[in-house]
Amino acid sequence: MSDGKQITLVRMQIGQSGIVVQIQGGHGLVNRLNSLGIRPGKRIIKVSSMIMRGPVTIEVDRAQVAIGFGMANRIIVELD
Amino acid sequence: MKCHSVGSNSHSKRSDIRKILLMGNPNVGKSVIFSRLTGVHVIASNYPGTTVGYTRGFMKLGEEAAEVIDVPGAYTLEPNSEAEEVALRMLDTGDVIINVVNATNLERNLYLTLQLLERDIPVVVALNMWDDTKHRGIHIELDKLRELLGVPVIPTVATTGEGIKELVGNILRAVSPDNPVRSRDERWTTIGSIIDQVQRVIHRHHTWRERLEDASVKPLTGGIIALAVLASAFLVIRFIGESLIGYVLDPLFNTLWAPVLLRLSDLLGGSGFLHDIVIGKIAGGEVNFVESFGLLSSGLYVPFAMVLPYIIAFYLVLGLLEDIGYLPRLAVLMDTIMHRLGLHGYAIIPTLLGLGCNVPAILATRVLESKRERFIAATLISIAVPCAALQAMIFGLVGQHGVQYVAIVYGTLFVVWIILGTILNRAVKGFSPELLIEIPPYRLPSWRAVLQKLWMRAYGFLAEAVPIILGAVLVINILLFLGVFGAIANFTAPVVTGLLGLPKEAVTGLVIGFLRKDAALGMLAPLALTAKQLVVGSVVLAMFFPCIAAFVVFLRELGAVNMLKSAGIMISVALITGGILNLIL
Repeated sequence: MSDGKQITLVRMQIGQSGIVVQIQGGHGLVNRLNSLGIRPGKRIIKVSSMIMRGPVTIEVDRAQVAIGFGMANRIIVELD
Repeated sequence: MKCHSVGSNSHSKRSDIRKILLMGNPNVGKSVIFSRLTGVHVIASNYPGTTVGYTRGFMKLGEEAAEVIDVPGAYTLEPNSEAEEVALRMLDTGDVIINVVNATNLERNLYLTLQLLERDIPVVVALNMWDDTKHRGIHIELDKLRELLGVPVIPTVATTGEGIKELVGNILRAVSPDNPVRSRDERWTTIGSIIDQVQRVIHRHHTWRERLEDASVKPLTGGIIALAVLASAFLVIRFIGESLIGYVLDPLFNTLWAPVLLRLSDLLGGSGFLHDIVIGKIAGGEVNFVESFGLLSSGLYVPFAMVLPYIIAFYLVLGLLEDIGYLPRLAVLMDTIMHRLGLHGYAIIPTLLGLGCNVPAILATRVLESKRERFIAATLISIAVPCAALQAMIFGLVGQHGVQYVAIVYGTLFVVWIILGTILNRAVKGFSPELLIEIPPYRLPSWRAVLQKLWMRAYGFLAEAVPIILGAVLVINILLFLGVFGAIANFTAPVVTGLLGLPKEAVTGLVIGFLRKDAALGMLAPLALTAKQLVVGSVVLAMFFPCIAAFVVFLRELGAVNMLKSAGIMISVALITGGILNLIL
């Protein structure tokens, strides 16, 4: 069971996992993320993040995706 | 023309298949399958009216030859990028589709598959990276998947060739099941139900490869890995390049070609206008391939024996890094730095390409989203990224005076890259979009695909460079004969001697730099310049203008206005940097 805590991808700890609940962005962003397998309901694991507002790397369905800082800030995840 | 009947046992007629489209997500091994299906004779083209490139080749299908097209990678037929638009448009031109699917990431890949199955074109699915499913604890029930999709599904391992024969045999069995057109949500629901029925995943512990994959995108370990990779890449390139020159090409030219030239020289009378154009100046009964500057001496030696070896070495290493899957990780690591230059991490890939040749590098800036990014990236590449031709000459000429001078040239270019990028980021209106890329797992590359790519690139270099070098040598000889360079030299003497501290004869070299950088440094060779003058000369040559081929590509890709702006930046930066170097060295 999840404790229902919702935070952005940026604020997740490395190694933490959770379910994507929301993408706060326009149609374009949602479409681009969808085509990479990132959409509400998907379980993701945070793999790493670069220092100084660098990209966040996550794992979704055994594939890794690197997401720029600003975009990562608009992806809301409910922690496991 | 396309004939297909309802039901899963309908066949497409053998004689109908003229064009086979290879379609799939990016990074699924499409190109490796392509190289397995086709021979060495492949053609790289540009989709008309767009900036998207693709390759095509031919294969034997039964008795007849069919064209195979490696369609640009697409995640969906609802295009998010120009490449996906092209993929969508190409769809209508094919007779059959081989849909390459990454077996380790079935769910996401099936989205495109479902869209393709909704179309009126026969499909066969290649379930690639089949070997990887075992390592990753993924079990896929093939028969069930075939039944649910209604098309042939062939497991393949493109890198080893496993399953390719069966795939070819099934091209004729491709079918188009009459699927209704679904909405996006309906497709995802369908995929969810397919996955539930065919796939089981057993949890596995991290393998060494996965640990290495994770380490290479973490700040500290990633940085160390990047430095190690780039340093070894550099060493390997130098080793291969120098070995090719020292053991293959120099001996060929000196023992086989030089005697032929000397004979020819005698036949042409040993001197005179025609002799100098064809053979160049011959001193003491020996051909100096670098300095003689004739069509058959320097004109052939420079592209084939000085530059080609480094082109081969560079593209071999780059091709390996590409196919191993390292470059996207470098993009992630470099993202923060590249943002300061108004770019994002992915721009490191065209930049690296520029170390081979600026022409493909400027073309490769197409992967960047906005015009602003492309302008910044292309300008930075033209100014601060020396191509293999120029680098070969820098090592050859400047390196004679000691490695420290070579280091000064590279150091200067790097500092200018950073400073100029920072300025452009502030000065050019707009913002830098963000990185969003898939990071493929590390893979053992297929030699076949790597060599095929190397062949295409090396051939592309020769086809582009040799005619221009020969033309340049011809034009320069005529201009020298007419005394035009003397006039230019006198006219520009204040800048060249006053500001840069170079002898006025060096102008000839700088002007020729517009045609070919390698030919230009060749012109500087006989001037007996000091180490400092060579450093200034190489830096100015690197910066002040791209060679004509890069210039034309820049013009075509970014338009005349941007080209002029960029040219203005190039000249100012070259003069300022050259002037500063002249003062402080």
